[in-house]
Amino acid sequence: MSFMKPSKPVGIVGYGSYVPRYRLPGEEVSELWTEGNAGLPVREKSVPGLDEDVVTMSIEAARNAMKRATGAHLTAENLQQKIGAVWVGSESHPYAVKPTSTIVAEAIGATPFTQAADWQFACKAGTEAFQAAIGFVSSGMAKYAMAIGMDAAQGRPGDALEYTAGAGGAAYLIGPIEDALVEIEGSLSYVTDTPDFWRRQYEKFPEHAGRFTGEPAYFGHIMSSANALMEAMTLKPSDFNYAVFHQPNAKFPLKVGGELGFSKKQMEPGMLVNDIGNTYAGSCMIGLTAVLDMAQPGERILVTSFGSGAGSDSFCLRVLRKPEHNGAVKTRDYVARRKVIDYAQYTRMKGYYKLN
Amino acid sequence: MEVARFWRTNKQRYQLVGEECPHCKGKIFPPRDICPTCDKEAKVPYVFSGKGEVFSFSTLHQAPAGFERYAPYTVALVKLSEGPMVTAQLTDVDASDVKIGMPVEMVTRVLREDGERGMLVYGYKFRPA
Ligand SMILES: [Zn+2]
Repeated sequence: MSFMKPSKPVGIVGYGSYVPRYRLPGEEVSELWTEGNAGLPVREKSVPGLDEDVVTMSIEAARNAMKRATGAHLTAENLQQKIGAVWVGSESHPYAVKPTSTIVAEAIGATPFTQAADWQFACKAGTEAFQAAIGFVSSGMAKYAMAIGMDAAQGRPGDALEYTAGAGGAAYLIGPIEDALVEIEGSLSYVTDTPDFWRRQYEKFPEHAGRFTGEPAYFGHIMSSANALMEAMTLKPSDFNYAVFHQPNAKFPLKVGGELGFSKKQMEPGMLVNDIGNTYAGSCMIGLTAVLDMAQPGERILVTSFGSGAGSDSFCLRVLRKPEHNGAVKTRDYVARRKVIDYAQYTRMKGYYKLN
Repeated sequence: MEVARFWRTNKQRYQLVGEECPHCKGKIFPPRDICPTCDKEAKVPYVFSGKGEVFSFSTLHQAPAGFERYAPYTVALVKLSEGPMVTAQLTDVDASDVKIGMPVEMVTRVLREDGERGMLVYGYKFRPA
């Protein structure tokens, strides 16, 4: 088993999230495609505005992370020039060829002497960027690294995924432990070739293997990854104050958490899926931001992602101090900022109409 | 679409980077290298806070070419808290809720796209603060 512990301790220096303003209630989808007969996997989902995509959402999340990272000893200017990597994980990068990350890096003032790359691994693209950033900082190759998980997910009209495919995510600035709000105690990655969900190049919408997405894919990988991390660190569920799992719908994370031995009380603070839908590469990463907004020093958090194809990354985190928000919006405030739209407005925002 | 023209203005569009006059300390946006107050050379970069208020606004129902998919939308004269006035689109707000004096903050959004094959142009818009 390959347990990952950085040789030099590193942590989360700043974090930030973003959720767009618009919400599509599940009833709107159910009404149109099933005369209201379908059960709703989530109450509602977030929808990006006409002028939003993974680039713009990543920029806002990264700016929030920068705000929380700056303080008495760290100004925005000296931070910007020490960000050695800007990495964006997503399955909805606006360009097929042309990095999202260079635009984000430019917007947060990290250019030109920085690493920039777009990561891809379905819903765990964000946590793999996060994991790589730990190594990049711990090795001394970068003083700080920005790891982002962000998506504006696609669901074929009428498909089960149309109820849940949401938009949003989070950005984390990883840095030396002296500057950190949260220590990263260890992590682990569990990967197999499991084709549960995919999207071929030039296709607009993804395909999924129905029931196969549950047991061997989601549950199998999350259970294996979370159990292996706890075993490697000789920790048990009761040693954690919070647990955040990938949230494709409202049922799966509570079920997998329950099977692992976590209570609803440990999971609820990081559960956002009923309010914003599945934010794919942003899912457990934005769940963690909601936890960090309220967590107390000394508290321990388990975070486990799942990405189709398939894999799962687990992280053990320990809160060192409470953040100064410095104007950064809290995640539950983004969730509360909502304007409900109907299915017609939704199809327009998703660009399904051809104007010319 | 002229890629070079947009590329040259990345910093001002993404981060509201203008200039500060070394003589009278006036803040300048967009950057023009000459201070509009004292007419002297002013080339010191200055990052604006992005805070401001709506000075005047108009809602467009007939959008110009390239902006059709965003109509109707509101364009405002925003008075930045550092002084200069900028013209920009408002976002994340219903036209009926826009008021003169409304506090706003800068966000980076898609300004337009050059058809399905062309580049995406990102830049500043303002939303209620
Ligand atoms: Zn002057």
